[in-house]
Amino acid sequence: MTLKRSVAILPLLLVALAVLVFAACGDDDGDATETPSDTSTVEPSGSHSQVLQDVLDRGRLNCGVNDSVPGFGNLLEDGSFAGFDIDYCKAVAAAVLGDPDLVDYTPLTAEARLTAVQTGQVDVLIRNTTWTTSRDASSGLTFAATSYYDGQGMMVRANSGFTTVDDLATATVCVLQGTTTELNLADRLPDAEALGFENNDTLQTAFIEERCDGWTSDKSQLAGRRSAFPADSGGPESLVVLSETFSKEPLGPVTIDNDAQWSDIVSWVVMGTIAAEELGITSANVADMAANPPNVGVSRLLGVGFEGGEVTDTGLDVDVTFMQDVLAAVGNYGEIYEANVTPIGIERAGTLNALWTNGGLIYSPPFK
Amino acid sequence: MLLTFLSNERVQRILFQSAFAIVVLVFGYVLITNIQAELEGLGLEIFPFVGTTGSFPFIDIGPDFLGQRAGFSIDERAFGFDYSANDTYLRAFQTGILNTIQIALLGIVISTVIGVVVGISRLSSNWLVSTVATVYVETFRNIPLLLQLIFWYLAVFLKGPKIAESLDFFGIAFLSNRGLALPQVYSSSGSGTWIIFVGIAIVAAIAVRYLLTRRQEETGRPSYPWWASFGTFIAIAGVSFLIIGSPLSVESPTVGQFSYDGGITVTPEFAALLTGLSIYTAAFIAEIVRGSVQAIPKGQTEAAEALGLNGFQRLRLVILPQALVIIIPPLTNQYLNLTKNSSLAVAVAFKDLFDVGRITINQAGQAVPMVALIMFSYLGLSLTISAVMNFLYSRLKWRSLRQ
Repeated sequence: MTLKRSVAILPLLLVALAVLVFAACGDDDGDATETPSDTSTVEPSGSHSQVLQDVLDRGRLNCGVNDSVPGFGNLLEDGSFAGFDIDYCKAVAAAVLGDPDLVDYTPLTAEARLTAVQTGQVDVLIRNTTWTTSRDASSGLTFAATSYYDGQGMMVRANSGFTTVDDLATATVCVLQGTTTELNLADRLPDAEALGFENNDTLQTAFIEERCDGWTSDKSQLAGRRSAFPADSGGPESLVVLSETFSKEPLGPVTIDNDAQWSDIVSWVVMGTIAAEELGITSANVADMAANPPNVGVSRLLGVGFEGGEVTDTGLDVDVTFMQDVLAAVGNYGEIYEANVTPIGIERAGTLNALWTNGGLIYSPPFK
Repeated sequence: MLLTFLSNERVQRILFQSAFAIVVLVFGYVLITNIQAELEGLGLEIFPFVGTTGSFPFIDIGPDFLGQRAGFSIDERAFGFDYSANDTYLRAFQTGILNTIQIALLGIVISTVIGVVVGISRLSSNWLVSTVATVYVETFRNIPLLLQLIFWYLAVFLKGPKIAESLDFFGIAFLSNRGLALPQVYSSSGSGTWIIFVGIAIVAAIAVRYLLTRRQEETGRPSYPWWASFGTFIAIAGVSFLIIGSPLSVESPTVGQFSYDGGITVTPEFAALLTGLSIYTAAFIAEIVRGSVQAIPKGQTEAAEALGLNGFQRLRLVILPQALVIIIPPLTNQYLNLTKNSSLAVAVAFKDLFDVGRITINQAGQAVPMVALIMFSYLGLSLTISAVMNFLYSRLKWRSLRQ
């Protein structure tokens, strides 16, 4: 036996030792990873939410958004995001962290978005995602309050002569892939040829080149894309969104399934903006209202005492005055709508997104 | 004593390999249990379609998501596979697999043809030919494939004329950015009889070729076995075709409002994917062909010259058969690359197996099992291609050794 040989054994022994240690640790890791999910499901309500804790520790909110739908989630030329959904990201950040700017936006494709929530890549997904039974029940996701009632429509070239969706029965229709839109299209026009694209921009190029006769999507998205349709291809006037709405698309924030506390916070931020509109609280008057609440409803929503009374603590895991931060940052539902959706050409009056007192579906359960 | 035992080289080797195997197993165990724990927290399963009951391989699609209605349409279906939105996710996935297989097969054939031509052109003594070939190779292998696909789709195939202004090829074929419409051949009455005659024609052609080849070898007189056998085939098949009275009917496409009615339509999505993949892969194949031809000793060319063979004969009879043995292993790599690269199909709106898998993930929300299924499908395709190519290789190697 030479000296060289015996030295060569040493690393071998070290590796063997390391394997034993690693194997032992590995088992521990396996147990450790099971623990949080176990405890979070059996924890009594009222305890702290894991996602909330992560957001507070990080000091920033990870929000999954769209980056190519003007009016809802759109990446601007200066690198910032703007839109209806973006404002709700800001609202959640304001409620939880007290500052609407503490948001990291993650643009997600239609296909990647659900996985991003399941894996915790984003804390909340606010990206025109339709609430459906199968998504709610079997994908490990929870849908918070609906923020926008949408429906699927069909956009065609104004000079095409199509006036109803049925005119396109055997036509070629461009659609975004991995969406409920794709399924609705197959239901509504089973004989049409569906051309599925991965992103809106390639789809738009194909539509401009007249590869397809119709472009189907949620009407909000169609209006957004229409408003930004390039002028050298005819501009917005060269396109018509047909009047028929052939699906129900309730859109709202999505969170992970095993964290009810977090889902509650996101839901009540949305409903808080609706309640604020019902109560007439705006971003302009929220400070006055908080200092001097005109009625008990306002005081409950803003987390202040009414006429020297006690503050009502609703038990959400956020500061009791969270709606003050939200309203100061983004305003009430009506303001968010006016700022983002009205400019792309969807008037609110007479639609499902009018306040319930005006015949719409926008309604908040009582803040009590 | 222990040290002596451990210093034995064989013992060391076994110990080291077992240690490595343990590390891999432990890592895999931690990984799987981790995923399982996380998924259980969400109420999902890791492999919901793999049960412990039922017959081998324990795939039970009944109650699980693969057996549910897919609900989305796939308009491009290879090999006439039947699928509608009413079928299951499993059937949708099968459609995707067939689409991928079709693209891969056609891509392999086309890229090989282009690759061999360009590779040999690079060695040409003609300056123009070799320069064009060099420019081709350096351009297409140095631009990312995804960009090339988008280029072919958006900048070439979609720029074609609108359907109302379709290019008309004598009324039997049309071209627009909705696709290339080609006439389709249908079998009509008497086609069964004619197919029997075609079989006879093939057998006769083979026999003629065999006999004439033998005569040529024995007598040394040129007997043109290829031409004669081709003529035999055409004569028998053609005459029987006329006697039976055209057992095949051809349906020409017509231009409709939205698409072509009748015939076969090659869509721009399919064309863009096939073109992009073939041209990209051909650039690599050309380099393999060039390298392999150059690896054949110069003496072989000189010997062939001495026998009085002309340039094409030298290539076909002496150089290429020897180069083939060197070409096949790296060529297999390119075939595998082409197949795997076809997963970029979604960029040009073509529904291949990866794309159908992704849609299913999104609609059914079952990411882990679906990704596993996609991975196993590509693995299966790749292993099949490897097996076929290895078989070819062993045959060729054996033949070249025998010679």
